[in-house]
Amino acid sequence: MTTIRGFWHNFTGQKKVDVGETAVSPPPPTTQINNLDLDISPHDPLLAYVQHNPGIINVDQLKLDSPALETLRQAGIQLVVPLVSQGELIGLINLGSRLSEQDYSSDDYKLLADLATQAAPALRVAQLVRQQELEAAERERIEQELKVARLIQQTLLPQTVPTLADWGVTAYYQPARAVGGDFYDFIHFPDGKVGFIVADVTDKGVPAALVMATTRTLLRAAAERLETPGAVLERTNDVLVQEIPPKMFVTCFFAILDPANGRLRYANAGHDVPYRYTNEGVVELRARGMPLGLMPGMDYEEKETTLAPGEYVLLYSDGLVEAHNPEREMFGFPRLQELMAVHANGDTLKDFLLGQLDTFTGPDWEQEDDVTLVTLQRKKPVSSKQVSENNGPVKIEIPSAPGNERLAMKWVGENAARFLDGKRLERLKTAVAEATMNAMEHGNKYDPDKPVRLQLFVEETLVRITITDQGGGPVRQTAVTPNLEAKLAGEQSPRGWGLFLIQNMVDEMHIHQDAQHHTIELVMSLTDQEGE
Amino acid sequence: MAEKTAAFQAETTWEGETAVLNLHGEINSQADAALDAAYSTAEQANPPKIVLNFAGVDYINSTGIALIVGLLARARAAHRPIAATGLSEHYREIFTITRLSDFMEIQ
Repeated sequence: MTTIRGFWHNFTGQKKVDVGETAVSPPPPTTQINNLDLDISPHDPLLAYVQHNPGIINVDQLKLDSPALETLRQAGIQLVVPLVSQGELIGLINLGSRLSEQDYSSDDYKLLADLATQAAPALRVAQLVRQQELEAAERERIEQELKVARLIQQTLLPQTVPTLADWGVTAYYQPARAVGGDFYDFIHFPDGKVGFIVADVTDKGVPAALVMATTRTLLRAAAERLETPGAVLERTNDVLVQEIPPKMFVTCFFAILDPANGRLRYANAGHDVPYRYTNEGVVELRARGMPLGLMPGMDYEEKETTLAPGEYVLLYSDGLVEAHNPEREMFGFPRLQELMAVHANGDTLKDFLLGQLDTFTGPDWEQEDDVTLVTLQRKKPVSSKQVSENNGPVKIEIPSAPGNERLAMKWVGENAARFLDGKRLERLKTAVAEATMNAMEHGNKYDPDKPVRLQLFVEETLVRITITDQGGGPVRQTAVTPNLEAKLAGEQSPRGWGLFLIQNMVDEMHIHQDAQHHTIELVMSLTDQEGE
Repeated sequence: MAEKTAAFQAETTWEGETAVLNLHGEINSQADAALDAAYSTAEQANPPKIVLNFAGVDYINSTGIALIVGLLARARAAHRPIAATGLSEHYREIFTITRLSDFMEIQ
């Protein structure tokens, strides 16, 4: 039997139809088996003939200008039985002359036709199984390559963030499925200064991961000997340009912080411009420079700024700003800037932005590129006055009745105003009001005999408020990001904002539950105020 | 005992063809009927745009946000732009966090 393997060849990208090994199974002991190795060109008229005349072909009687037919004839083939499945020619059974040297009878023809009818679907199934095996092997190979790329990246990313007095540092890295070439790094200098790097290699997978590893090593080596970010990028570029594969390059932002005085010196090799949160708004940290690895002899503009207490810097990669929503709109730089402007806490910025990204992209988003976020915030010093007033909690009990959350807001205003600036006090009041409403309605079912208990604790670096109702039992609800599009389209109730609001108003939210009580705990940090 | 709340009121003024809903008091569950009535009245004149003026509003809770989402849904169904004006800095922030500001012009 000869199988036409064009089927595979379509899959593997080869053009020719190939006639493979021949076997009759199981053969009687006296049968002679010839392996016929024959390529049939896709343009050979035999193929067209067979496709239009599905019956058995007598090779000697067929007049066709066909190289394949000639080869068959020379090999002593007398009959060719096409195997057709679902209208597609998938193989040929080739027979030589009968051992008895008599002509094939009409019974033989009928038997062969029946055999072809049975064999064709079986052969087709075998082909499909084989194709699936090949595809599975290909998928496994790609998956393996991705694993290697992820491993390289994870091995080289810092395991911890720098711990610096009066500074908060956070780092987040989420690879896309195909693993882009993002990386970040921290370099500790002997004089106490700290280098911050965020970079993005073009391309994805193993090639990007290898270039990332090289770049990281070159940056570290250059930083050991050179003092300024511009010089480090210049040196790295000059070495990398000789090593990097063609059409690949690396964008990189490199800053050196002096934690003692807040001075930040930086240079940028074509990377997305980092943002700086200030009391006056969000500003860019611009510096001119070409990406690394494109051209030798580049120089990199260097700039310096001083971060004031409360200010923070966000270094990021394009995976965030270039994320798309289902309408193919981009998350974009203006949105990032607006979101930063309303978020004063560098430590929680990451969670806030990821929540916003999640809302923007919707639940079915497949991450398009790596997302990297690194924040660096100068903390505000804590005054001793605040600490000394920590004499145990202030308490209030509020009867459960509609509108009484305003009592809770008033109480927060009276007791927390000393510790929080205006903007953050408003946030806390809103969060406490929402939590109190939930407690009165869902926990105490507006039973006037069941008050909501509020306690306010002032600790060294934070204000903590707990709101407790008498609705114990299983967890009532968890904070989910409301789907505004669905609400506006009338597909969801317009309600469901309470817990989401609470979570976005405060620095931390925790829920505690036992059989009798439900407590929501709200925390505001005292170290990242915006203005005194 | 219930805390006395500032009763919600809404009155409509016109700036050319634009309807301006001047809102006063607290936007919470109590405001539902009055807000709905004011919006429906303004809508009857088929204005090309409706502005919600929050200058007289000192409190919006999550139920109030839901009422505004409801109005916005009605306006979008009618392809009628909605704008908000007079919001305090705090409520501007809340409109950003809730992304209401993505669907209405904040003046």
